[in-house]
Amino acid sequence: MTKFKKVFQYAFLTIASIVSIFPFIWMIFGATNSATDIIQGKLLPGKEFLNNAKMLGEMVNIKVALSNSAQIAIISTLLLLLIASLAGYGFELYKSKYKEKVYTALLLSMMIPFAAIMIPLFRMFAKFGLIDSLAAVILPTIAMPFMIFFFRQNTKTFSVELLQAARVDGLNEFQIFWYIYIPTMKSTYAAAGIIAFMTSWNNFLWPLIILQSEARKTMTLVISSLSSAYFPEYGVIMVAIIIATLPTILIFFLLQKSFVEGMLGSVK
Amino acid sequence: MGKFKRNTLDKSKGITGWNFVVIATALAAIFTLYPVINSLVLSTMSGKGVVYEYVGLGNIKRLFSDLVFRTALKNTFIYFIFQVPIMLTLALIIASVLNDKKLKFKGLFRTAIFLPCVTSLVAYSILFKSMFGADGIVNSTLLAINLIAEPISWLRDPLWSKVTVILAITWRWTGYNMIFYLAGLQNINPNIYEAAEIDGASKVRQFFTITVPLLKPIILFTSIMSTIGTLQLFDEVVNLTGGGASTPSLNATITLSQYIYDLSFKFVPNFGYAATVSYVIVFFIAILAIIQFKMAGDKND
Repeated sequence: MTKFKKVFQYAFLTIASIVSIFPFIWMIFGATNSATDIIQGKLLPGKEFLNNAKMLGEMVNIKVALSNSAQIAIISTLLLLLIASLAGYGFELYKSKYKEKVYTALLLSMMIPFAAIMIPLFRMFAKFGLIDSLAAVILPTIAMPFMIFFFRQNTKTFSVELLQAARVDGLNEFQIFWYIYIPTMKSTYAAAGIIAFMTSWNNFLWPLIILQSEARKTMTLVISSLSSAYFPEYGVIMVAIIIATLPTILIFFLLQKSFVEGMLGSVK
Repeated sequence: MGKFKRNTLDKSKGITGWNFVVIATALAAIFTLYPVINSLVLSTMSGKGVVYEYVGLGNIKRLFSDLVFRTALKNTFIYFIFQVPIMLTLALIIASVLNDKKLKFKGLFRTAIFLPCVTSLVAYSILFKSMFGADGIVNSTLLAINLIAEPISWLRDPLWSKVTVILAITWRWTGYNMIFYLAGLQNINPNIYEAAEIDGASKVRQFFTITVPLLKPIILFTSIMSTIGTLQLFDEVVNLTGGGASTPSLNATITLSQYIYDLSFKFVPNFGYAATVSYVIVFFIAILAIIQFKMAGDKND
């Protein structure tokens, strides 16, 4: 490759990287500046961090919001992993004509926009008196067809010999799933768990509809409502955004391999 | 048929198999299938609040004279037509530039460009809102390097606010799509590129004659996923521009999903009409998916 091309290659990637990272730097600096400084585009660290953090505590109940988000994300991730892996396992290892039809229907349902089901869902939960409950946030998200698809794809790598050996040893089909399949598919569970957690943690539209009282609000809802003020307190909001983004950034850096594996699961 | 052969189904195994899939299937039936059918039924009804009457195709008729609907449909398509191709092309270019064995700091570049994916849609929309204000960092930078003569009204002008939404989405999702392309590129035998190099094919030519055709299935996948995502756009417009630009009544950035939300939960609820609008999205996703499959299929088989 000519020298010119090489320079161009590095320059292009450097610019793309800077553009990608800049909003993160902006967020960190922003948390240390006042709203006025942020609106005027100040790109230097300031001294307002403690003040912003204190104001955040006065404006919203951040502990409650964090605990709501965490409860919802953890419970729905665990349920989703169990339900989707059972289904992926069943569809792959017990193939039958009718199951394939059900499976195709599940895959097609991935194309259904959430907007097309949110009104009946809202009415359904209203009828059950479940509006403003954490259960209502969790229930519609735990049969995510993408996850079933992901587990089925990965089950193709599950060793048949292992399955046969377990049957010979006298384990029943559910014991095989519980004692053999789950431990051998750890990395698949990790990858799927990360995606499930992030999806739930960052969810906005459905919680916005179904959660109504302040005591039930999640981090995303709190951040969104802070920023919709006529004069948004951006310094305070940046602190909240950092708190909300920290778990996902940590997961990304600590478990990058599983993270990417989970994302790519769909194109194997 | 051996007893232990994989996928062999005697009768009891058949029922066991159903036991594994029954929870997921039941949940999908209750929380997806039933609502979809219910939406269709609702779309033939109209009313405010709790009183509903059957109107047949009345709601569809109403769509044609509804100016806000037209604006939302137009906006959604503008986002789709400009944003998806720009983002996918950019992702593909970055992936091919990154896919170079001799490249230094490859992991660093890849991580940096992928990083936007960890932010929630709400969080990054607000970050962009704070950067694109009238006196904000974007305007002051562009002014300082003399790219613009006066500040651009990124969040309020009907045209520029759409540009801001497109820029923001592109920032968030380009790295995501790039990862898919990188994974695809790793499966292409490097000898093909070496052979092309020896034959004197330029990098640009290699891109169009090797990379694009070989990645077609992944490009198809990403474009369908992006289509579904863009047609459902909600979080970004609500948090970035509030759907409104200078006044909410202008609806300069409103999308179909946002209009459905407004019809159902912001105004006096008209669930029937909102359901009709939601079926417009279903309709377009289906049509566009079929078109994309056809386009990819023609040259693939």
